[in-house]
Amino acid sequence: MTAAIRPITGAAHGRILSVGSYRPDRIVTNDELCERIDSSDEWIRERSGIIERRHAAADESVADMATVAANEAIERAGIAPEQIGMVLLATVTHPYQTPSAAAEVAHRIGTNGAAAMDISAACAGFCYGLELANSLVRTGSCAYVVVVGVEKLSDWVDFDDRSTAFLFADGAGAVVVGPSDVPAIGPVVWGSDGGQLDAITMTQSLIEYKTEGGDIFPALEMQGQQVFRWAVGEVAKVARQALEVAGVSADDLDAFIPHQANMRITDAMVRALKLPEHVPVARDIAYTGNTSAASIPIAMKAMLDAEEIPHGGTALTIGFGAGLVYAAQVVTLP
Amino acid sequence: MSQEILDGLAVIVNEVAGVPVEDVQSDKSFVDDLDIDSLSMVEVVMAAEDKWGVKIPDSEVKNLKTVGDAVAYIAANQ
Repeated sequence: MTAAIRPITGAAHGRILSVGSYRPDRIVTNDELCERIDSSDEWIRERSGIIERRHAAADESVADMATVAANEAIERAGIAPEQIGMVLLATVTHPYQTPSAAAEVAHRIGTNGAAAMDISAACAGFCYGLELANSLVRTGSCAYVVVVGVEKLSDWVDFDDRSTAFLFADGAGAVVVGPSDVPAIGPVVWGSDGGQLDAITMTQSLIEYKTEGGDIFPALEMQGQQVFRWAVGEVAKVARQALEVAGVSADDLDAFIPHQANMRITDAMVRALKLPEHVPVARDIAYTGNTSAASIPIAMKAMLDAEEIPHGGTALTIGFGAGLVYAAQVVTLP
Repeated sequence: MSQEILDGLAVIVNEVAGVPVEDVQSDKSFVDDLDIDSLSMVEVVMAAEDKWGVKIPDSEVKNLKTVGDAVAYIAANQ
């Protein structure tokens, strides 16, 4: 017989309760990177807007950085770690196929054996995690969810590749998502385009490296113009859709926090969106570089702490990257 | 027709890169004269695609050295 399964009830809505972040100590200047690539501080600033970035220490892991950011978010949320039902950790740079970084972080931040898994959605990973967390809270599967975006991209960059060496960096950002009486995470607009797998990929797979070898450990490689065209064309449309489905106009925004891919992409997106001039735009890439899944929560926290954007204000977040994959939503700022 | 495209392109180049409209002339090189780098060029191309309903693939963009090249391509493929 088919037994009746008891239904569960979740929260009416989900919201971001808090945000935490971690930036590694070591500042890496453009000049330092130019010792290995044929480029210049001026060229890098013009093409990417990056003035400096942070690299993690050799003995500092993805899980280490994620733990610091998650602890800060939990403390700011004012909840106990035992209340967390799930740790979702977005990364592409955890150097183990298994076990996940999320399980380690769930243990280290003191959850009571919370569910844990990593998400591989590159630079869209944080926004993917945010929607999953929102869904978990609303279905009742979890009361609170920690979403972490964390990367140690410096382990996976070829520092002799002049198109990527200056771009990618390290860091972590985390939020706690919990229940809300009013909608505070708008409907997500997300998707993928596997027809452009080659736009951002690895120079070879780990298995190819193992069997065929090579001088260079698998590293990130990117078709910059292809990515730029996609980001400014298709992804900007996604941002507009996220506003529409949330019933929010660009004029209502208190912040635009796109993935910090490249300052030029941010500038072009702002133009494509016809974003009103009064809306503050995240430009954290200047001092943080492109930290993939970590970039949105790192930028969000920096803008809140600097009082550039208001607690409880309305922000548009959009992540996009390798896959290609993308996700955008309107959120109420913690 | 070509003059219309040239005028429209000048507005686009101005919006994307801040180059004065009157500097955008047929014989000007995007890179050498107008200081339009590869990323700005992609933006110019995308705006031109929208405005004139043409497709300018990445493989074609590198052949558009001068403003005149772009005007001719758009006129021929409109």
